[in-house]
Amino acid sequence: MSDTLSAPPPALELVDATRVFTRHGGLFKKAGKAVRAVDGVSLTIRAGETLGLVGESGSGKSTLGRLALRLVEPTSGRLLVDGRDVTGVSKAEMQAMRRDIQMVFQDPYGSLDPRVTIGQSIAEPLKVHGLWDSDGPQKVAGVMSLVGLDPSHADRYPHQFSGGQRQRIGIARALTLDPKILVLDEPVSALDVSIQAQIINLLQRIQRERGLSYLFIAHDLAVVRHVSHRIAVMYLGKVVEMAERDNLYRRPLHPYTVSLLAAVPIADVRMRNRRRTSVTMGEIGSATNVPPGCRFHPRCYRARLVAAAGGVPTERSGDALLPRACLIDQPALKACGGTDQVACHFPETPETRSEVATAVLQDIGYPPIRPIPLQSA
Amino acid sequence: MPNKAMPNLHPVAPAAPVAPATAPRPVALELRDLTTVFPGDDGPVTVIDGVSLAVRAGGTLAVVGESGSGKSMTFLSALGLVAAPGRVRRGEVRIDGADILHQPPERLRRLRGAVISMIFQDPLTALNPVFTIGEQIVEVLRAHQRIGRAAARARAIELLARVQIPDPARRVDDYPHQLSGGQRQRVLIAMAIALSPKILIADEPTTALDVTVQAQILDLLADLQAETGMALVLITHDLGLVARYADDVAVMYAGRLVETGSMEEVFTKPRHPYTRALFRSIPRLDGPVDEELPAIEGQPPNVARLPPGCAFEPRCTVGRGRADCCTRRPLPLAGDRSGHRSACFHEDLPDRKEAIR
Ligand SMILES: Nc1ncnc2c1ncn2[C@@H]1O[C@H](COP(=O)(O)OP(=O)(O)OP(=O)(O)O)[C@@H](O)[C@H]1O
Ligand SMILES: Nc1ncnc2c1ncn2[C@@H]1O[C@H](COP(=O)(O)OP(=O)(O)OP(=O)(O)O)[C@@H](O)[C@H]1O
Ligand code: SF4
Ligand code: SF4
Ligand SMILES: [Mg+2]
Ligand SMILES: [Mg+2]
Repeated sequence: MSDTLSAPPPALELVDATRVFTRHGGLFKKAGKAVRAVDGVSLTIRAGETLGLVGESGSGKSTLGRLALRLVEPTSGRLLVDGRDVTGVSKAEMQAMRRDIQMVFQDPYGSLDPRVTIGQSIAEPLKVHGLWDSDGPQKVAGVMSLVGLDPSHADRYPHQFSGGQRQRIGIARALTLDPKILVLDEPVSALDVSIQAQIINLLQRIQRERGLSYLFIAHDLAVVRHVSHRIAVMYLGKVVEMAERDNLYRRPLHPYTVSLLAAVPIADVRMRNRRRTSVTMGEIGSATNVPPGCRFHPRCYRARLVAAAGGVPTERSGDALLPRACLIDQPALKACGGTDQVACHFPETPETRSEVATAVLQDIGYPPIRPIPLQSA
Repeated sequence: MPNKAMPNLHPVAPAAPVAPATAPRPVALELRDLTTVFPGDDGPVTVIDGVSLAVRAGGTLAVVGESGSGKSMTFLSALGLVAAPGRVRRGEVRIDGADILHQPPERLRRLRGAVISMIFQDPLTALNPVFTIGEQIVEVLRAHQRIGRAAARARAIELLARVQIPDPARRVDDYPHQLSGGQRQRVLIAMAIALSPKILIADEPTTALDVTVQAQILDLLADLQAETGMALVLITHDLGLVARYADDVAVMYAGRLVETGSMEEVFTKPRHPYTRALFRSIPRLDGPVDEELPAIEGQPPNVARLPPGCAFEPRCTVGRGRADCCTRRPLPLAGDRSGHRSACFHEDLPDRKEAIR
């Protein structure tokens, strides 16, 4: 490509990445079944950019984060770091690259060795990369205070810390090597809102100073909004929406995104009884049993509204009437309004926004840009 | 489960006024003056200091506060689960009026699970990596009930379905590492509700769940409360959840309670400077994105080296440097008839409101 000379390559790029876990039969010898934890995901993160990643529990966010470091190997697809294809490089070479790409794990306790003091844990990356010298202890103390831990606690063991303190240990550990890319898997969900604010401010400050890139996985949509430049929404292994930050909250396109916004708990007594907590129906999606057509169709309010409004071929599925397209065609992720992308046959564009989406946007305090309810035929 | 054919397009009707029509229900769990210490370099360190709390049958008490303030430790202490060398130094834990803390360990073990159960904060460590999740649920059931293996397994699948684990008949044979973070968390919830306890302590039960699943799980717990009168203690950092689900709130700082009261009281009239500062730090869906998030300035307290007076004093915009705040022994909680109580020397300071902003 010619423009690789002019524009710098993205810090991180995943091309059509897929990871399948094959399950063996358990004690009761049920036939193993494959889980497509991540199913053909392509994304880029530019230098200095934060890509927020939200989505259903079990939709493949952590697996995607691990793919970015090749902590799990892709079943297919490619991984590029700074424009360089590292899909096939040796384990040893990848290990060296990890100096630049670090991860903060979702489960802080599980990822810390209980027999090792936290000072040693935080020092370990320096030692692994042969960077431990007489300044080492000072560096460890430095990152500890940076994340709000008392450096005098360096000789303590993980069990002596609270859940949130352990999370900060994980963050300190990832920062010791001064990486270029950080994959943050739920880095602040175990923290109280004040320490969460400190950590986020810290991460943003480091980003401004050092041009770091973040893949920021989280469930708190207010936090994701605060830190992200762009946001990807995952559902059952696929990215269903990828949008600029403000667009995602002002004009969410995918019905699943709308259902996430509908469920955000708001710390306001007046909201206690008024909030719509759920616009989706049914049970949560199963990665071992992916529905045909659009994976969201068993739970999608939008498909039901579109079918009821008429004008599109429909079909019955259980007790619901749905557009035929939703039942048989898997929607591809494609551009919809500028740079935003959505994988839906009937996206919630401002012109076609349903009354459900309109009401949800009103609830969260974002008056819709152009509220036009769906017309009944 | 039956699917609703069409979504409900109408705003949820406001529920009946919250004021209870009937007499308050009996207290299910009560902590009195609970105090836990760990040995430290310069003598014992008090990590829980005189905590007194009560939860009514069918009610929900939210426990909030700083990370490391002792929320988990308070309830580990109440269940007799403090790991040595830590120990409960003082206090009582009453279930239905009877103290359980000084029971023989065997009896306490029987109470745990069947009468009072806890969803632990760390989903990975609380599950045993070498057994399938089904085996672990079956074991909980069989340890407390006369139930055959096949029936216990069927019940395990049913419980997994209740906590929204997709494809439960297959997933029951998964090992913990084959599950996502949020799926593990829901397995723990299934184990905790397996025996229909009278009291459930849920320690950050939904941190790994997306907001839609989170709402489903908390609605499930609320349903259980309505069905069985289960009392719920919800330890959480998510003040949005507190506003939606809690009846009462307790706020902790540095091992002590600093404010307690009904959810409405505490949210609409927070009194303690720490509570006010905490509320100010809540990230908002419509907040400014180009500014730093508001945080409480200063470092979290080190419980081994607390100041002699109010623990919040070094960070408090009202009392910092004031002689009485610095030196006087911390006040016990005090309050008014509404039951809203707090521990601050300058409760009625007229300029307090302005100073906090
Ligand atoms: N090692 C593994 N073996 C088998 N299946 C796995 C493995 N790791 C993950 N999975 C499955 O892959 C899917 C995606 O898991 P992943 O942990 O990436 O989800 P997630 O989006 O991070 O969820 P959460 O928000 O709950 O943490 C899940 O269905 C999970 O059960
Ligand atoms: N084994 C131990 N030895 C010494 N101190 C301990 C031990 N376990 C916990 N602590 C201390 O007790 C205090 C209370 O911890 P606890 O886990 O109850 O906090 P928490 O309020 O639940 O915090 P979080 O919100 O982060 O989970 C912390 O300061 C912690 O460092
Ligand atoms: S394609 Fe159809 S089922 Fe899928 S999200 Fe869009 S409207 Fe809903
Ligand atoms: S007692 Fe003094 S220092 Fe403590 S919270 Fe009240 S005003 Fe602040
Ligand atoms: Mg995860
Ligand atoms: Mg805790």
